[in-house]
Amino acid sequence: MKLTGAEILCESLTKLGVQHIFGYPGGAILPVYDALGKSKLHHILVRHEQGATHMADGYARATGGVGVAMATSGPGATNMVTGIATAMLDSSPVVCITGQVSSKLLGSDAFQEIDITGITMPITKHNVVVSRAEDIARTVREAFIIANTGRPGPVLVDITKDAQQASCEFDWEAATPKLPQKRVRNNHDQAEFDRAIELLNTAKRPVILAGRGIMLSGAMRAFEQFVRTCNVPVAMTLLGIGCFPASDPMNLGMMGMHGEAWVNHAIQESDLLIAIGMRFDDRVTGDLRTYAKGARKIHIEIDRSEINKNVKVDAALVGDARETLEKLIPHIVNPDRGPWLSHIRELKGDSAVRDIQSLPDNGHLYAAHVINDLWKETRGEAIVVTDVGQHQMWEAQYYHHNQPRTLITSGGLGTMGFALPAAIGAKFAKPDSEVWVVVGDGGFQMTMCELATIVQEKINIKIAIINNGFLGMVRQWQEFFYDKRYVATPMVAPDFAALANAFGIRGERITQRGDVLSTIRSARECSETVLIDFRVEQEDSVYPMVPAGASLHEMIRRPNNPLVETATEP
Amino acid sequence: MQTLVAYVENKPGVLNRVSSLARRLAINIDSLTVGPTDNPEIARMTIVAHTDEKGGHRLEASLEKLVDVLLAENISQRSLLERDLALIKVQADQQSRPHLMELIKVFRARVVDVAPESLIIEVSGTVDKIDGLLEVLRPFGVLEMARSGRISMTRGGDLLRPPVPSTAPEQSVVVR
Repeated sequence: MKLTGAEILCESLTKLGVQHIFGYPGGAILPVYDALGKSKLHHILVRHEQGATHMADGYARATGGVGVAMATSGPGATNMVTGIATAMLDSSPVVCITGQVSSKLLGSDAFQEIDITGITMPITKHNVVVSRAEDIARTVREAFIIANTGRPGPVLVDITKDAQQASCEFDWEAATPKLPQKRVRNNHDQAEFDRAIELLNTAKRPVILAGRGIMLSGAMRAFEQFVRTCNVPVAMTLLGIGCFPASDPMNLGMMGMHGEAWVNHAIQESDLLIAIGMRFDDRVTGDLRTYAKGARKIHIEIDRSEINKNVKVDAALVGDARETLEKLIPHIVNPDRGPWLSHIRELKGDSAVRDIQSLPDNGHLYAAHVINDLWKETRGEAIVVTDVGQHQMWEAQYYHHNQPRTLITSGGLGTMGFALPAAIGAKFAKPDSEVWVVVGDGGFQMTMCELATIVQEKINIKIAIINNGFLGMVRQWQEFFYDKRYVATPMVAPDFAALANAFGIRGERITQRGDVLSTIRSARECSETVLIDFRVEQEDSVYPMVPAGASLHEMIRRPNNPLVETATEP
Repeated sequence: MQTLVAYVENKPGVLNRVSSLARRLAINIDSLTVGPTDNPEIARMTIVAHTDEKGGHRLEASLEKLVDVLLAENISQRSLLERDLALIKVQADQQSRPHLMELIKVFRARVVDVAPESLIIEVSGTVDKIDGLLEVLRPFGVLEMARSGRISMTRGGDLLRPPVPSTAPEQSVVVR
């Protein structure tokens, strides 16, 4: 059967199981759009290509499958860069397809020509230019394999316009992937394995550091069994949230810069850290020279290049998290952790049991109130997509996730503007799930054009803007470290509720604590998208806080003010 | 200094990926040589990098993550044979020529081009040997020099060969 390159692309994507493509058309990708119109693929027209990549990313994070974004050459492709980098830093399987000028024009600075493979080389797992129709099917198949095997990541496929237009024989069976035949390393090192077992079975004060790799490998069940077998408390990275139920007594919560004090103290006092699918990011370790000095370290990690990168470990188990955990479990003797667990309970003290709900209403609306109410009202079952900043940390502290892939957030790159488009992607991936956007007034203004995408696609998500009139996290740093000189952080915003109305979306504005629950409730009952502008306390800060570069145990603690001491028991 | 050997796909852009990776890791490449193997689709690289053992490991593991790199191995700790090739154009008149010829003999180098005012000397060997010859040639007036950069091979039965293509079943992929 003879098809054009553009038709072959659409056929190939369909055969790979793709249903949704997030994209924006333009000259160099027009043949593909023409073919898209004749295919069964659902194309979601975004308002900016950055949004397309975040949507594909949100789609991938919600399901574990591959998300697909599409754009034209030149500015269409360069607009994707932030989204691609976001996916790269958080190991998200995204395939980006860009149009390119015809192959005979390559290198001539033609209209809308840009070397997008050159630009994205350091921020993709792999990228490739296709200039022959005959290579499209095979290359797309390869892109999907690369994106979602091993440590996942984004792949960009740049297709010249003449390759899209040319016709050739389409034979799916013949177009089998021909990836370079790499050496297969035998990563199982019996000596490392034995050392890990010995460390596990002799440790007195161990802590597990759980990262996103557990979810990426689908290791949740094996992980739970591992925790039960070795009876070790769990600290989570931001992206690890959801890999183990927050309601489980063995779950301490999030660690690191804005982790609760007892979590960070437990890590600093431990004699063994078992790191699984995490990479000892600086936001997690604080000053490396003083990080868990008394602890031996076991690192279970699929990516060899992460071993000993930031923290020197005593036993490195390179491999898939699930397989490795399953191999370890039979060798573990169940030790008595009574004294260690009760010590951690002491560290926790009563800070974890004070219930924010029972605090007196002094007329102030705190972001923590809003997120706590949202958690209670949704029973912790919603998919929450956050942006970056204070609200992101409050979400991690006060919304207790029990299911994997229910917190979607930009961790590694910390991309403001991620939340709204990523939530749209997540909704397409999980149409039956309740999706909430938790976003600051700053980040929302970066990508709020995608409200129009919501309306055009008639999807139903809920948007909670945590509006404090500041770039809150930067303001907090200015308060702590720059003597309250608030340079370029006070921020004027439009009337978000009126703005929503202008898009044809219901908008609400909440200023009183007493109105939070009822508004969340009525938003949930609405079958369409609702935007709620929560006008929260302007100069509130996220506590505790490990200043950048400080030791993990040197935290700025919550001021002794019951109104901001708001941690709750999940 | 760390010495790495890599087998890579012999196609456009791969050298860029390798060197760009070193740049991203803030590792300075001292020398990088690349040439085809007996399989024209595979090229062999010797990379000498200004970094410590930790950097060497990171470069090796990161290189191997590149799709087009078939194998990367840090061979710094192994027993190695290293060779560098240099062409050195040196000033030579009637008076200095006999002295030069003596030196060339001592260094087991050879003259590959003779002109009225200059000679081109070809020398191969370890970096130290070439540096040594250069040192003694300098007083005569070195006009021009080209060096190939290091190629390295592990000694004896310690083999580093590109992986043999297998007929492994296609990897499966999860979509949605």
